[in-house]
Amino acid sequence: MSAWRVPVALLAVALAYPLVFRTNFAINFGVLVLFFAVIGQAWNIAGGFAGQLSFGHAVFFGTGAYCSTILHVKLGINPWLGLWASAAAGALVGAFIAALSFRFGLKGSYFALITLAFAEAFRILTNAVEFTGGGLGLLIPLKRSAANFQFPERIGFYYTILALAALSIAIALWLKRSRFGARLAAIRENEDAARALGIDTFREKVKIMALSGALCAAGGTFYAQYFLYIDPVVVFGADKSVEMLLVSMIGGTGTVYGPLIGAFLLTLVGEGTRALTNAQGLSLIIYGGLLIVIIAFLPNGLIDLFKLRWGRRRA
Amino acid sequence: MDATILGAAVINGLLLGGSYALVAVGLTLIYGVLHIINFAHGSMLMLAMYGVYFLLVKAQVDPYAAIPLMVVVMYAAGYGMYRALIGRFSHGKDENILLITLGLSIVLENIALFFFTGDSRNITVSYSDRMIELGPSLVPLPKLVSFGASLLLCAALAWFIARTDTGRAIRAVAKERHGARLVGIDVEKILAVSYGIGIACLGAAACLLVPMFYVAPTVGHLFVIVAFTIVVLGGMGSFLGALVGALLIGLTESLSGLFLGEALGQIGISLIFILILLFRPTGLFGGGR
Repeated sequence: MSAWRVPVALLAVALAYPLVFRTNFAINFGVLVLFFAVIGQAWNIAGGFAGQLSFGHAVFFGTGAYCSTILHVKLGINPWLGLWASAAAGALVGAFIAALSFRFGLKGSYFALITLAFAEAFRILTNAVEFTGGGLGLLIPLKRSAANFQFPERIGFYYTILALAALSIAIALWLKRSRFGARLAAIRENEDAARALGIDTFREKVKIMALSGALCAAGGTFYAQYFLYIDPVVVFGADKSVEMLLVSMIGGTGTVYGPLIGAFLLTLVGEGTRALTNAQGLSLIIYGGLLIVIIAFLPNGLIDLFKLRWGRRRA
Repeated sequence: MDATILGAAVINGLLLGGSYALVAVGLTLIYGVLHIINFAHGSMLMLAMYGVYFLLVKAQVDPYAAIPLMVVVMYAAGYGMYRALIGRFSHGKDENILLITLGLSIVLENIALFFFTGDSRNITVSYSDRMIELGPSLVPLPKLVSFGASLLLCAALAWFIARTDTGRAIRAVAKERHGARLVGIDVEKILAVSYGIGIACLGAAACLLVPMFYVAPTVGHLFVIVAFTIVVLGGMGSFLGALVGALLIGLTESLSGLFLGEALGQIGISLIFILILLFRPTGLFGGGR
């Protein structure tokens, strides 16, 4: 039973939050935290749990954002359906990149570089083709209604992204306890040894990349519906990939709640510095500095601080 | 296809490749010795370019005359960065070095954004618009100079690594770190020196790029993915590879731009990157590891 205490308490807090803090600012803050937690967790299940470091997760995010938006804007398909299509597209792209890279035996920094190359290729392609709106991007026409995935009140977005965040944490919890997750941990720690034990490392890695891609793409659809505008640089750019990696790394990579902690901090620093100054860049100076400090002193991420306090819990 | 247009595109591509080589040689040295991808490379280039820009605007120092100064300053910056941050905080893990250089690049880029704003700045020097006739096309003088300089830089580095004592120590550390330590080489110092030299190349690169390129906080992005591609294509750690790779990539960019159009043309580089990673990750001139 005690294993459920943390997630249930977190969920209760998250459910109550927008009912207590009703301002637009507070709800937007919550949406951003949960949004970064979702894409950070998407990165984390591949990069942290399975040890497949990626520098190009924006490729999945952008695929999701563009998939549902093109379906919606060009073909009139409801974005709620588009969300599922996006997740499927993200899984497909994830499986494709993984199958190709792992079939050719890429790992470590070579895998990181090929994901980066794919994100770049997708960015250039969407930028060049007219079908995707080119460099101008795509604008989703304003038509506020819950049925249209454009909630009149922000709180609707909040509960939608909360559902996605809860799902992402559920996936992470499942990976911690399931045989699949154990096989991934074995691959992360020593891939040759894992193969020697009879694990089909290729298949497991493709599976986790597909799952990660699907989750990330769902985050992309949410982003498109929340901001109603996407362009190639914003959704496929290297900055997006780095954001996901940072959220996970700073919070604690390979842990269940690390991305949530990282997302909270990213949003806090981002919104905090925006309130203080109009100059650009300050929040990322702090965040980049934090990354260095954490690697120097807390190599397992901020979650270590929590573990130190409650060290008696199982490791 | 008109032969003149094609010829002009080839010349333009080779010259572009020369500029890329300037950025890639330092990166390949750092990879060859430290076995890490230096994510801070683009932002260090960007800082160096701002340095050259302000030297010209505030102190009227010609960019080409600033080369010795910039090389020394960037060497010191790289050496110091390695000693103070990268070497100390990486706990000997490659992934940590990668992430620290990533963190550094985020910090440096946003410091530039914070202080210098996102505006791109251009300079004009007397020779900015001087054109030289080269076969079918007119070529701006700064491009020719940077091309020549990139050849010189690669040759100088190759000589330094092959012939000097420090170069020998660098090669020893690159090949066999423990062995190098056993014969009395100060490995940490050599790593810092290598990182410093790699960054010093950027000092020279910045001086050569500024007369023909704009300066902005994100200018490093333009070069860094291309430089990664070149380093992998040429074989990580090979100077000749970096040079040949840079010329090939320059040609690819120019020709695919010609045939596919400006916007889609850039995809040529990404595709080559993907194909090289898949089929020959050791690159054209890299030995197996």
